[in-house]
Amino acid sequence: MNASSSLWVYLSASPLLWLTATMVAFVIADAIAKKFNRHPVANPVVVAVVLLVALLKLTGTSYETYFNGAQFVHFLLGPAIVALAIPLYENRHIVARSVLPIMAALLVGSVVASSSAVLLGWAMGAPFNILVALAPKSVTAGIAMGIARELGGEPSLAATFVLATGILGGIIVFPLMRLLRIKDDRAVGFAAGLASHGLGTAVAFQMSPLAGSFAGIALGLNGLMTALIVPVLIRFFG
Amino acid sequence: MILSFTALLICQLIGEVLARGMHIPVPGPVLGFALLFGALVLRDRFFKGATPVAESEFGAFAKALLGSLSLLFIPAGVGIVSNFQVFSDYGLAVGVALIGSTALTLALTALVFGWFSKAESAGSA
Repeated sequence: MNASSSLWVYLSASPLLWLTATMVAFVIADAIAKKFNRHPVANPVVVAVVLLVALLKLTGTSYETYFNGAQFVHFLLGPAIVALAIPLYENRHIVARSVLPIMAALLVGSVVASSSAVLLGWAMGAPFNILVALAPKSVTAGIAMGIARELGGEPSLAATFVLATGILGGIIVFPLMRLLRIKDDRAVGFAAGLASHGLGTAVAFQMSPLAGSFAGIALGLNGLMTALIVPVLIRFFG
Repeated sequence: MILSFTALLICQLIGEVLARGMHIPVPGPVLGFALLFGALVLRDRFFKGATPVAESEFGAFAKALLGSLSLLFIPAGVGIVSNFQVFSDYGLAVGVALIGSTALTLALTALVFGWFSKAESAGSA
């Protein structure tokens, strides 16, 4: 075995290579998103995932080997969810003034987000393991993966659906709100954060800081609500 | 930075211990999030002179972490390589469920928010 191939054998199995690849892919993807003025279609997460999937396919690397390095980034999802308490706390006075609309929209939105995904999937003939992964699709990846794992589903499949939902929500939220003639920043932000978590929150911040704050509140509250609703919902399909 | 990160980890750890120990079907980090929020509210009540969270190092650290939230999705997102089969077998069902449910959720959430916010301001006027 020559020197360069033995170096590859060593590096390709080490966490360093795939952790670095993840960071580099994100830096490239973020630069591309900036070029397109942060248009929702040029989402940096999608671009980075496409780059990394292509790299894994080209080098014949398994997801397990990749994740061995990337897990250091993935792990931070847990502390990031805990950190959501900070924006919620900072906006607690605005939240306190809009308690009624927040609670009503949370209750309706949370039930619709999980049950409509499961019902549509079920009606289209998707099997139980896919329904379990679809149910938490509107909450942030760390929470959705936790919910799917608790219920015996596939966490990585749940994460894929979460990502797709985030991107879809980012693309359709503004045209849909124009169609429905909804102009209240709080309502648009809350809907974006509830339906499409962190990626929806990022889009809401482009509208206004107020919309972004309400998206952050919705993201946190819906994470909690969905974790309570889904185990009950999924019993009907088990 | 170390202190801030440690505080977040401790909240998550307590959340995890509570979730497992008391069989609460909620992921540990979500309980940690609720605990931290509760702690911040209590801090306000009992430590009047404390530095506001927004100006503290802890607040800055939390915001930096949340600012890179999209990066944190990538390793899980690459998991799609293990699930290509699902998309070739059930692509249509998954597509209909995701698009239909996302649009319905966005519309109903914003509409309900609007209705109740009108009801609330009408009530207080």
